[in-house]
Amino acid sequence: MKRVLLILTLALLCISCVDSDTSRTNAAAPQAGQVLINGAGATFPTPIYSKWFSEYHRKFSNIQINYQSIGSGGGIRQMIEGTVDFGATDGPMTDEQLQQAKTKILHFPTVLGAVVPAYNIAGVTQDINFTPEALAGIFLGKITKWSDPELKKANPGINLPDQNIVVIHRSDGSGTTYVWVDYLSKVSPEWKSKVGVNTSVNWPVGLGGKGNEGVAGLVKQTPNSIGYVELIYAVQNKMGYGKVRNPVGAMIKADLASVTAAAASMKNMPADFRVSITNAAGKDAYPISSFTWLLIPSKIQDAAKKKALTEFLQWMLTDGQNMVEALSYARLPKEVVAMEQKTIAGIQ
Amino acid sequence: MFTITGACTLLAVSVLFFILGYLLWKGGHALNWDFFTKLPVPVGETGGGFANAILGSAKLLILASLIGIPIGFLGGVYLAEFGGATTAFAVRYTTDLLNGVPSIVMGIFAYRMVVVQMGHFSTLAGGIALGVMMVPIAVRSTEEFLRSVPNTLREGALALGATKWRAVATVVVPAALPGITTGILLALARVAGETAPLLFTAFGNMFWSPGWNQPTASLPDTIFKFAISPYEEWHQQAWAAGLVLLTLVLATNIGARLMLRRRYF
Amino acid sequence: MRSSSTIVAQAGAPRRARTFRQRLFHGDQIAHAVTFIFAASIILITALLFYELYSGAGLTRQKFGWSFLMGRIWDPVALEFGALPFIYGTLVTSAVALIIGVPLGVGAAIFLAELAPIGVSSGLAFIIELLAAVPSVIYGLLAIFTLVPFLRDDVTPVLQSTLGFLPFFQGVSYGVSLLAGGSILAIMILPFIISISREVLLAVPQDQREASLALGATRWETTWNVVVPYAKAGIIGSIFLALARALGETMAVTMVIGNDPKINLSLLGPGYSIAAAIANEFTEATSDMHISALIELGFVLFCITIVVNAVARLLILTTTRRAKA
Repeated sequence: MKRVLLILTLALLCISCVDSDTSRTNAAAPQAGQVLINGAGATFPTPIYSKWFSEYHRKFSNIQINYQSIGSGGGIRQMIEGTVDFGATDGPMTDEQLQQAKTKILHFPTVLGAVVPAYNIAGVTQDINFTPEALAGIFLGKITKWSDPELKKANPGINLPDQNIVVIHRSDGSGTTYVWVDYLSKVSPEWKSKVGVNTSVNWPVGLGGKGNEGVAGLVKQTPNSIGYVELIYAVQNKMGYGKVRNPVGAMIKADLASVTAAAASMKNMPADFRVSITNAAGKDAYPISSFTWLLIPSKIQDAAKKKALTEFLQWMLTDGQNMVEALSYARLPKEVVAMEQKTIAGIQ
Repeated sequence: MFTITGACTLLAVSVLFFILGYLLWKGGHALNWDFFTKLPVPVGETGGGFANAILGSAKLLILASLIGIPIGFLGGVYLAEFGGATTAFAVRYTTDLLNGVPSIVMGIFAYRMVVVQMGHFSTLAGGIALGVMMVPIAVRSTEEFLRSVPNTLREGALALGATKWRAVATVVVPAALPGITTGILLALARVAGETAPLLFTAFGNMFWSPGWNQPTASLPDTIFKFAISPYEEWHQQAWAAGLVLLTLVLATNIGARLMLRRRYF
Repeated sequence: MRSSSTIVAQAGAPRRARTFRQRLFHGDQIAHAVTFIFAASIILITALLFYELYSGAGLTRQKFGWSFLMGRIWDPVALEFGALPFIYGTLVTSAVALIIGVPLGVGAAIFLAELAPIGVSSGLAFIIELLAAVPSVIYGLLAIFTLVPFLRDDVTPVLQSTLGFLPFFQGVSYGVSLLAGGSILAIMILPFIISISREVLLAVPQDQREASLALGATRWETTWNVVVPYAKAGIIGSIFLALARALGETMAVTMVIGNDPKINLSLLGPGYSIAAAIANEFTEATSDMHISALIELGFVLFCITIVVNAVARLLILTTTRRAKA
């Protein structure tokens, strides 16, 4: 028994040593100067956010911004409840949600992303053209075979097999879903009335995969399937993804240029930055693009946190934007950056 | 008939070896010294590690044990030795209920009870969630193994003049100790791998988390977040972390049994 | 000859009844009280949990009442919620898990306890306990990459050709299905059944085995007819632990069950379980009604556990009573 207690005490001592050591390594500056900020939200921008926060910590080693991707809805809810210092979301907060929060919350767009239709069809290696009617029809369950006339019409040169389409959607609530169904609602009145727009919807057909990764995995494994994923997942997983026809009539494949074109084609950015750019009518615009936002309280009590957050936002809009393209995100248009810089001044 | 049972055992064991082999294959090359000492780095950079997750998991499990083992063990002792018919039935029944609660609901519960009250996420909240999850398994196994000790031992002790609690503490419990240890280690192993309760309590952290009051990274949580990312390097690290988690649980298992076996055999 | 009274007088007057303080601080009473407090805390925690779930589900309870249990539509946009597909999926996957896991687990436990030499047995039991520590996320990922294709390409054709007349095995299979969910659950509950059953079997006194063998039974007959029934309560206890785990398992199931809230008689079709639904939607749900619906799902699962446990307890009570009679 004594030996047991001895070993246990030693183990506990070890752990507490390492633990207190970490608090020293956390700050090159003395403890008093250390600023710890917690944020929660969308999974879609996690790669670029983790890059940003890590770079920022390297620049200012006393500032630690800890971001956890628990989902856009989670980010919104934690902001409303006040358990985190900032949030992140792929879909802007609604008016009711803004009212529930204790302080006024500001939206700051950070990067642009795209959601693409990825598919796995035996024998098809080319890019498939999707009309809005085709996408809506497939996800409503009305177009059931790859050889359907709607698809054949847009893809004359491709030999589409006469097989059932296996639809794959997200099982978990997600900003990616929000962007996808937002687009479908704009192009299909039937979708809008029957299913609607939300981070979770009642899908008429299909199997559910958990996370972008789950959908990508299912699509890769299931022959003759189609699913929607963030652009970066399709690129990283080397999946085939199709072109989508935009309102001007052009078949556009998602890439950084076409996503930025979608943002640039937007006429009026509202002052609170809450806007949807799906189905944007620009010439080279990819129609299923979206901003993603940081949610920052307009009044921050802690002076050190306020300084850290506002300076981070400035950095994000200038140096930070230079890092995004390497990770397959599109940068913000210049006009939006200018508007945001003015808004930062309004944080008290 | 025995060959059929042998085949069952073979199947069960081979599943584990399959899992270990798969983890090694997928994540083996991500294991290096950096993995155990460095903090995670963003994608595209090399040399990151899981050090904060390993420490975080250790702290969470210590907290969980502080809650789960006493309640589990003493609750089991009550059920087996001291309990009256109705109270024992009530306790047993509620223990089984608690065991059936999904891990995410336990996380939501700890969120409402601890995080919302404290106003922020913390290691403490995560430890409480995991500790409560340990209780049912610990209680049930303690009770089962105490019951399996033959009554002759109890009667012998009492006949020698021991009071009831002395008899239990010095004779019955030691006789049942290997089984009780199994149960507690099983409970610990189970909560070591749980992600869902930690999402809303310990929250996760890219940096170190000194003390008990801040959000902390943990192995299952970081594995989950890396595994659902699009990057191959993060996937490999996730598999490697899974391997590390299993190895740590194995080491704790072996260590605990070695310490107890020497004493009681 | 001294009279009995003087003997009694010499032996000393009878002791006074113990005072309250003496009773309070007597070792046994303390032990009883202390263990009772800890045991009671379990009841307290569970009651608190019950209350939290009940009150958190208030909105949807008011709106839907009992029709929540019967409804088949789950629409977070139209705020129309029905739990039946989830209840079905949870029960079916747990049943499949038990059907696969219990024979396998008890069989392995018998082998390890009765046949294997003690060193081998301990070693293998060790290894199997490790299965309990594998994070459910890793189970899920492994299942997607290995179990699902295996079921879709290798197992399904065999099932359909042999048992295809049963409604359980008809229809198209994409791999992700109720069967996949049940199978991964079976693997996850194995360590609980095996470890605990093995220990309980080992604890059966040796004289029981010897008596049976002395009466002329074979080794297998001894094991099956004497040792296992003796350990029955413990084995059933381990099955309960396993069932509880199966009912509440979240991550691994959601990755392989297909996440389609429909009621499919065929095990090869996709389904959805309560825990998976909560895990999938809770982090993103922002409307109060949606959150309330998810908490009510948790409450429903809690109630299912209450019912299942009650049924099982009755079963044990009747079987052990019969055995005693």
